[in-house]
Amino acid sequence: MKYSLTHLQQLESEAIFIMREVASQFEKPVLLFSGGKDSIVMVRLAQKAFWPAKIPFPLMHIDTGHNFPETIEFRDRLVEELGAKLIVRYVQDSIDQGKAVEEKGPNPSRNGLQTITLLDAIEELKFDAAFGGARRDEEKARAKERFFSHRDEFGQWDPRNQRPELWNLFNGKKTLGEHFRVFPLSNWTEMDVWQYIAAENLEIPKIYFSHQREVVKRDGVLLAKSEFITLLEGEHYEERQIRFRTVGDMTCTGSVESPATTIEAIIQEVASAKVTERGARADDKRSEAAMEDRKKQGYF
Amino acid sequence: MSSQTTDIQIQTNDQYLNMDLLRFTTAGSVDDGKSTLIGRLLFDSKAIFEDQLDAVERASSNAGDENLNLALLTDGLRDEREQGITIDVAYRYFATPKRKFIIADTPGHTQYTRNMVTGASTANLAIVLVDARHGVVEQTCRHAFIASLLRIQHLILCVNKMDLIAYEQSQFEKIQSDFSEFSSKLDIPDIHYIPISALKGDNVVHKSENMPWYEGASLLYTLENVQISSDNNLVDSRFPVQRVIRPQSDQFHDYRGYAGRIAGGVFKPGDEVIVLPSGLTSKITSIETINGKLEEAFPPMSVSMTLEDDIDTTRGDMIAKPDNQPNVGQDIDLMVCWLNEKKLAPRGKYAIKHTTKDARCIVKEVKYKVNINTLHRIEDDLEIGLNDIGRISIRTTSPLLYDSYKINRTTGSVILIDEFTNETVGAGMII
Repeated sequence: MKYSLTHLQQLESEAIFIMREVASQFEKPVLLFSGGKDSIVMVRLAQKAFWPAKIPFPLMHIDTGHNFPETIEFRDRLVEELGAKLIVRYVQDSIDQGKAVEEKGPNPSRNGLQTITLLDAIEELKFDAAFGGARRDEEKARAKERFFSHRDEFGQWDPRNQRPELWNLFNGKKTLGEHFRVFPLSNWTEMDVWQYIAAENLEIPKIYFSHQREVVKRDGVLLAKSEFITLLEGEHYEERQIRFRTVGDMTCTGSVESPATTIEAIIQEVASAKVTERGARADDKRSEAAMEDRKKQGYF
Repeated sequence: MSSQTTDIQIQTNDQYLNMDLLRFTTAGSVDDGKSTLIGRLLFDSKAIFEDQLDAVERASSNAGDENLNLALLTDGLRDEREQGITIDVAYRYFATPKRKFIIADTPGHTQYTRNMVTGASTANLAIVLVDARHGVVEQTCRHAFIASLLRIQHLILCVNKMDLIAYEQSQFEKIQSDFSEFSSKLDIPDIHYIPISALKGDNVVHKSENMPWYEGASLLYTLENVQISSDNNLVDSRFPVQRVIRPQSDQFHDYRGYAGRIAGGVFKPGDEVIVLPSGLTSKITSIETINGKLEEAFPPMSVSMTLEDDIDTTRGDMIAKPDNQPNVGQDIDLMVCWLNEKKLAPRGKYAIKHTTKDARCIVKEVKYKVNINTLHRIEDDLEIGLNDIGRISIRTTSPLLYDSYKINRTTGSVILIDEFTNETVGAGMII
């Protein structure tokens, strides 16, 4: 078909357009980078949007201290290859400063605490726009999210009072102290992300591929063995062949049993999956509106 | 909802990489079965997962519903679930081996016009639902008018709940002729009529055996096969400059790339171009992406162009062809849909966004308001409030480089922004 683009090309073009808008409409954008597959795709798109110039904004990682070591290794290597600037802010620092309080319990999650560190970093470094890799297909509160999502001076999201977004006209106007979260991958699905990784031949952290690992089954979620998890009575670690569908905090990111060792095998798996990728995230299982509540407070 | 059988196979890579994209919006009055229809499409195309289904089942039984309440799939916010209403456009995704679909699901109750205009602004196609028992009602006309106003080229009128009228052919034909009479006043080139039962699945994914008299295709087949490649304007070349790329590195010392998204026409290296508003002409040296040089660029590609001559060009400028230029002007007439509770202020000043250009404008005159149910002009009440549509004249602080919205949705659309609250308050289509 002449003069038509495939859906992946259209999604890519849309995301590049959004990134260029942000770089032009805002003074100090930042790209939130977790080392996960969505943020890897984001970095690739940013590279394309400004090529042959360098990416005109830094990357920032909000480090919970509960990361998979493989992700951090990967992160540092990618940043070096790109010649990009990486800022890291630690949840541990927020805890030490008394701004955040560690959860109690057998798998204390630092997921919610990231919001505190993130908002502090945005304020300290005076960022006025922060790119996130969130997609509308991930979770139902995200399905109502805008490309340009306004945050008030407290970093809060007001889902009932969002600006209408029409055509390709994005309104990034704000008053001092407010900022925007921007989601260029809004219209992508998990499948699109994987297909793009395959098509662009992008490298991703090893934990996305099948490997042997000691895990414990808790509330139907297979959690990786780590120093951050305390076994409860009757629980035990067992070795399984698993991989991770998302990369998050070790305390709440569940794995799936899988033999997939290549991107192609993962794509086949995603195509026949019966559970959403967030189905394995203990942080979203906490309540029906868990994501909405975290997002309102300023979560990613 | 019965167990989901699906004939949609797992996609191979090649298939997936050749899919195109269709964006559609769904509209219907309350209880027309819109959620059930979307649920059916998502189910049958395997876009709903077990954990989502579990969550809906749990929530349905919590709310005391005996049946699976599919609206809970699309109502993402706590307020919506608690009040049983949908308050915002929700976006849904599904794919078949042929196409990927983006649904802008717009609620039928409050703020209807505002939400449908938003959802329709990026849609290629609109599905309008009517209840077979009630036929074409006021809301049907309103939905079709908005689709036409937003220049949606394809409309599918789904006559739903055919099972409740015993799959009666004559009633379907009456609805078809009623709608066809109304839509002759509109500007929608491609209209399809499909009798369905979203609940029973008739003509949604598979052709129904209950309606042998219906010779057309099922809804999904129609969605998969509607020709949308000719919807983009490939004649009038328009390239709004979004950003100037200057690497200032040793390797790309004098590189000056004009980055943007093609809004119309086809651009090729060697083409003679004019840069507006300066009016200086040059030739395209190259069209580039990180993956290499392109032989041509067309909508909606995001590219970067270099020109032979060093012309002072910035964001907000437009690159076009010398023999086919956009309008240039400060006095512009718009059809505006008002999106905010605070009414449009006569003689009011607003910030305006058009392509990649920012300006300010003053509302010179409200010419008329449209009764969106009858399409009649209202000339004795010129107050434009939330959800109203009307024709206004504005004057901008600097010239816009524009086309009529009828000719080009990208270069023909604007948004108005309240300068005090920064909210997007108006959606404008240039006449």
